[in-house]
Formats: sequence, structure tokens, C-alpha cells
Amino acid sequence: MAVLLVQNYDAVRVQRWLSTAPQFPKRGHKVNMKNGLRDKTKEMIAAYGFLMPNLLGFLLFTSIPVIASLWLSFVKWDLLSDGPQFAGLANFVELLKDPFFGKYCWNTLCLMAAIPISMAGSLLLAIALNQKLKGTVIFRAVYFLPTICSGVAIFMLWRLIYNPNFGILNSMIAQFGDMLGLRLVGPNWLTDEAWAKPAFIIMSVWQSIGGYNMILYLAALQGVPRDLYDAAEVDGANSWQKFWNVTWPQISPTTFFIATMSLIGGFQAGFDQAYVMTGGGPNGSTTTIIYYIFNNAFEWYRMGYAAAISWVLFLIIFSITVVKWRFFGKIVHYT
Amino acid sequence: MGNHIDSLIQEEMRQEIASAVSRSRRKKVMKVVTELKEKSPLKQKLQRAVLFTGLLIGAISMAAPFLWMISTSLADPGQVFAEHRSWWQEWLPTTFVWQNYVKVWSVVPFAQFYLNSIFVSLCITFGQVSTSAMAAYAFARLSFPGRDKIFFGYLATMMIPGAVTMIPVFILLRHFGWIDTYKALILPGIFSAYGTFMLRQFFLTLPKELEDAAKIDGCSYVRIFWHIILPLSKPALATLTTFTFMGAWMNLMWPLIVVNTHTKYTLPVGLAYFQGVHGTDWTLLMAASMMMILPILIVFLFNQRFFVEGIKLAGIKG
Repeated sequence: MAVLLVQNYDAVRVQRWLSTAPQFPKRGHKVNMKNGLRDKTKEMIAAYGFLMPNLLGFLLFTSIPVIASLWLSFVKWDLLSDGPQFAGLANFVELLKDPFFGKYCWNTLCLMAAIPISMAGSLLLAIALNQKLKGTVIFRAVYFLPTICSGVAIFMLWRLIYNPNFGILNSMIAQFGDMLGLRLVGPNWLTDEAWAKPAFIIMSVWQSIGGYNMILYLAALQGVPRDLYDAAEVDGANSWQKFWNVTWPQISPTTFFIATMSLIGGFQAGFDQAYVMTGGGPNGSTTTIIYYIFNNAFEWYRMGYAAAISWVLFLIIFSITVVKWRFFGKIVHYT
Repeated sequence: MGNHIDSLIQEEMRQEIASAVSRSRRKKVMKVVTELKEKSPLKQKLQRAVLFTGLLIGAISMAAPFLWMISTSLADPGQVFAEHRSWWQEWLPTTFVWQNYVKVWSVVPFAQFYLNSIFVSLCITFGQVSTSAMAAYAFARLSFPGRDKIFFGYLATMMIPGAVTMIPVFILLRHFGWIDTYKALILPGIFSAYGTFMLRQFFLTLPKELEDAAKIDGCSYVRIFWHIILPLSKPALATLTTFTFMGAWMNLMWPLIVVNTHTKYTLPVGLAYFQGVHGTDWTLLMAASMMMILPILIVFLFNQRFFVEGIKLAGIKG
């Protein structure tokens, strides 16, 4: 489409050139220089005009807050008393000693068990959908639905699904037991400390298995050169060998990209579902780092402490990003 | 002499044989390849059937929670709690209670939540797409002092998690006296480094000749932006619009932080509040949830292409 437009526009331009040729006067060198300077200034003014709304907002809501947050992490402030009090490294020292912080970091890590499971599932789905079957478009849309509809409404739905009395999951478990002639009783998913995390993991696998990752994998699979498979077939490779020796190395950049992005997302995740489904419980077993920041800042008004935690979170994410930069070219296969 | 001819003939024969052998080998190889590719038709059909069944089962289990959500939202409240229901009654209510969907609007100020959500999401989407597109045009096409430094600043902040800026922004808004206003809900959501970055990358791929021609003709930058850049970038703009709208529609944490009064709640906060007040009215809750995801479903069904393209765009750039 773009090319077509260029051609059309050129025709118009040439026509105009022809009709208005005398209007392109040959000016003197000096005048041209001045004109050029004026053009530069004009361009600069235009550029700042275009940039200004975004830049002002960026300064006000991003860059200044970043600096302010760094400062906040060194003070103690509850918003109510006289003002922030400088505390040096006290917030960070407290953080090191805080048993809850360690626990919530562990929770965040545990909940990230969903990442490898859903990645493997996404890859399997992408391979299946790449077989040119009938109805692929419909399948893809259905698998994508849970990703689209995430949010409070879906967490509410899962809260009901996990309800031990009239949730559909335990009722299905009981029916399955009846079929086998056993009496199976499902757990109290969201109120039992042992089951709350698995419940969250199941839900997030359901949510992410057919989403962005699957589409990225599908695009990667379609980019693997056909002749590599032909060559492997000539060598008598079976499907598994073809996957392991051709597909897997070829899509490794995508795998690495998805893994790092999921890790970065995973460390910041877990607020919405915990807020709606468990309130962080039972006994803090579904509270994640981000939830702890929220609670500190907006429930207990410990602004400095919350800012300190958020900077620790930044350091974690930043180190993953650095690893991503460092190793992106080394451990993955590029053609 | 004779020897020489002999050797020539021999050489020719050898070549002939060699080429015949290689031809036959190639044929054999091709046969193997085609055999491998096509297998037996029955086996292939069976394999496809198995694959299709697997995908179907997967799709059903993905859709099942939604189907159950619809059925629960239409069920008789008394029936949900009934002890002895057969398994199909849990999936298909015996009587459809459409009244649930009506009742939601009167039990809580649902219309107010809905209007708030629509207003806030539209403002954020419009603001973010327009300011991002303008800034992206400046970054991609215009030269001005400090351009690369400012852009590097944008890139650097993209790594910083939202949790870091959330607290100072709250304090800032509180300082302005904007807490519990629509301004607090909308303004911080408008400015996005990510949107600017994405659009800049897209603008860079557009052909430059077009603008140069327009410039020679004396087109102003505003007209170039409006008549050339924007029309050519419809796919990228649609992608950003879709993602921004969805993000704003779903956002729970920020409205929770800056809004206190019920009349300013957006849908996610309103729904969470609803749960707190009418926690046991599951049928109503499901009806309300259905109505919350409905706009998203509609956007998705009509813009499916943009989702896929947008994800690929983001993935390739990363």
C-alpha cells in the first residue's frame, strides 16, 4: 500500500513541478544558507512542539518520580506527620531483617512455576496449530480468550470455581470419584495454605497458555526454513529428532525472549488475583512482592519502606535484563 | 594411441555409470522423502484426527470456565446453592433468570461504574495514542538538539517497574489535591514511554521519499504528520489503541489507590467492592463480570488481527 501511495504522490509532484516550474527560482548562495538555517530552526520548533505534551507528562509522571522514589527509599514518612525524616539505610536494613519480605519473595518465585508449564503448553499448542488443520483460526481465538479477558471479572469467576461448596471444580472432582466408585473430596482451594498457590498456578497456566507466548511461538515456527526439515528427512530423522535438532534450536531466540519477559513480568505480578481472590491469604501465602509494596504504601502509609522494596524489585528486574543483554547472542541459536 | 582411446572410452563409461548411479540414488532418496512425507494416507488421516481431537478437548477446557460463567450468571440464585443437582444442571440452568442482569444495575451503582470506566479508558486511550504518535514522529523524523539523549531517557525508564513510580506519583497528586478526581485516574495513564517507542519503531520503517516530496512542495510538518504519517500507520495505531484501551479497562490497582468515593469507581474497583458487599450473590456477581468482559470480547472479535500483529511486532522488536 505504501509503495502505491509513493507512486501516486510522485505523479502528482511531477505534474506540479511541470506546471509550476518557474516557481522554483534559482536563489543566490547566501539566501539559500539563510533559508537553510531558518528551515533548521523551523524544524526544531516543530519537533519540540510535537514532543512537548509527551515530554512534560514523561517528566512529571516518570522521570521526576523515579528520582523522588530513590530519595523516598532513604526516608521514613507516613504522609501524616510533620514531614519525611531522613533515615539513611534504615529502610534497607529493616528489609533485610523482615521475615515477611523473604516469605513474599518466596511466594512470588513459587507462583512463577506457572511460567515453564505454560511455556511448554504454548509450544505444544503452537506446533499443533501449525499443522494446517481445519478450524485453526477458531481454535486460536478460543485459546486466546482467557488472555484477553484477564482482570477482576475472571478472578471473580475463578474464585467461584474454586469454592469448595458450590464451585464447579470440586463438584467435577466428586463426580469423577463417583465414576470410579470412590469418594473424592476436593480441597479448600483458596482457604487452605497448601492449596492456594497451586490454585493460582493452575489459573495462570489457563490464562497464559494460549496467549501471547503461543502466538510468538507460532510466528517463530513459521519462520523455520522448510529445507532444514527436508534435509533432516533425507537423513532419516524421526519427528522427535527433527524437533530436537531443527525446531528447538531454530526457535531458541523466541524461547529465550519469552522466558526473560515472563520472568520480568512474573516478579511484578500477583496483585490483582490476590486482591480479588484471597486478599493475600491464607496466612500470607498468596501475597507477592507487589502486593507487599501496595500494602506498605497505601494501607500502612509507610512510604519510605515501600519505596525501598520497589527499588529492590527494580534491581531484580534489572539484573534479569542485564543477563538478557549479555547472553542473548551466546546461548541461543541464530542463523 | 589405442590405449589412449580405450582410456577415453573407459573414462566416459565411468562417468556415465557414475551419473546413472547418482541419478538412481537421487531417485531413491526422493522416493524415501516423498514416502516419509506422505506416509500411508490412513496413518496420516489417523494422526490428523488425533491431533484435531486433542485440540478440541483443549479448546473445550479453555472455554469451559466461560461457559460455566454464563450459565451461573443466568441461574436461579436458590438453585446455585442447592445440594443435589445433577451434573448437567450445573452447566445448564433449568430456568434462565435474565432478571439477574437487570438486578445488577439496581443493587450497586453499576451504571456509574460503567460510565466511569468508559470515560476514563477512552480518555487514556485517546491521550496516550495521540501524544505518543506526536512524540514518536519527532523522534523518528525530525532532528533537534538533545533528541538522542531524550530518547535514551525514555528507553531507560522502560525497564523501571511501575511500582517504583507509583508511590511518588500518588504523593504528587495528593500534593496537587487531585486525589479522588478523574484527573488522578486519567493523567498518569496517558504518558507512556512504551507507546512512543513502539510507534517510533514503526514510523522508522515508513518510506521517507513521500515526506521529502511533500516537504519540497512546502507542506508543513503538521500536515505531513496528519496526511502522510498517520494514514500510513493505521495498523500500528490500531494495535496501540487496542492494547491501551484494554489495559485501562482492566486496571485495578491505580483506581484503587487514587479513588475513594463510590461514584468515581471504575468497573474493576466497583466489582471488587460489589464482591465485598454482596459477596454471596454469586449469580449477580457473574452477571456483573460478564458485562465487564463484554466490551473487551467485542473489541477482540473485531480486532483479532491487530492483536496478533501487535504481539509479533512487540516480540520481534524485543
